[in-house]
Amino acid sequence: MKAVDIIKNGLVKENPTWVLILGMCPTLATTSSAVNGMCMGLATAFVLMMSNIVISLLKSLIPDKVRIPAFIVVIATFVTIVQMVMQAYLPDLYDTLGLFIPLIVVNCIVLGRAEAFASKNNVWHSLLDGLFMGLGFTWALTLIGLVREMLGAGAIFGHNFIGGNDGMLLFILAPGGFLVLGFLMALVRRIQNKA
Amino acid sequence: MLLSLTLIAVVAAFALAFVSKVTEEPIAQAQQAKKEAAVKAVLPAFEKLEEAEIDGTSCTKAFDAQGQMVGMAIEAKSTKGFGGDLVAMVGFDADGNISGYQILQTAETPGLGAKAGDWFQEGSKGNVIGKNPATPLQVSKDGGDVDAISGSTITSRAFCDLINNAYQIFQKGGIE
Repeated sequence: MKAVDIIKNGLVKENPTWVLILGMCPTLATTSSAVNGMCMGLATAFVLMMSNIVISLLKSLIPDKVRIPAFIVVIATFVTIVQMVMQAYLPDLYDTLGLFIPLIVVNCIVLGRAEAFASKNNVWHSLLDGLFMGLGFTWALTLIGLVREMLGAGAIFGHNFIGGNDGMLLFILAPGGFLVLGFLMALVRRIQNKA
Repeated sequence: MLLSLTLIAVVAAFALAFVSKVTEEPIAQAQQAKKEAAVKAVLPAFEKLEEAEIDGTSCTKAFDAQGQMVGMAIEAKSTKGFGGDLVAMVGFDADGNISGYQILQTAETPGLGAKAGDWFQEGSKGNVIGKNPATPLQVSKDGGDVDAISGSTITSRAFCDLINNAYQIFQKGGIE
């Protein structure tokens, strides 16, 4: 497998949000604004990359029967490290994202890539897969967050453009998240099918 | 099988213990700095601060150069929030007028109740700065004069409750 294929898979062809449809819980929960979506995506990308590297390194060491608990321990360790480091050195970002960081553990993209990719491929390819799957997740979340923030709060990345603070609240709340996700997914798939 | 899983868990435990040790102090410092910044933001001009504890709530009294008390910041809580407890630093001047507030912890709905951080500030629709909670604050729906956040009456009620709680503590320890 070539590196360029892995990059394409993560960003477009097998994009975790639009195509694999994995990790919908954080996708809906954190995209009430573009910044939140982006930060959540980047934090997930970091965890995904680190856990892919470690699991790829350990793959011959982990017996098949206990691979899932072993993967989860590795993933949870990295998530906890990210959480503590963020709380210590980036307290402002932690205030915005604090609630969602532990959610990364249960994000099935991370476990999914460990199982489907890192446990079968070498370290370099696993690193690339983790990084670009993570970035694919990041751009999807940023886009959903951007649309929801524009419709729901009348702002782009926190910059208000309609004046006043009343947007269509529906889009900030959970039902709006489902609506935007569905419509964007249809749009992205349509563009993909044409290309 | 048993061995490799144990090994992974042990290594993970050591890694976490190490990171926890390293970040323990910066986390405490960051939280302390956040609290101090909130205290300064909600109080009127002052020269000297003094920590106090009233009814188990941590407060900070502010004095001017002559040692006269000019205000008090109280870390108040309301359990009536929509998503959980609402915690804020509330500042009063010597007469008990609200001089400022800053939300410290909230679990309110993003886009609705989470607006409480700005909504009740000076110049916004629900401005409470300068009000005196000697007559307890209430949202207009309940007959008070505080404009509730549109779509978030419960959060707004919790906010009034929080200010009133803070005022009770101010009355116990603020007037000397």
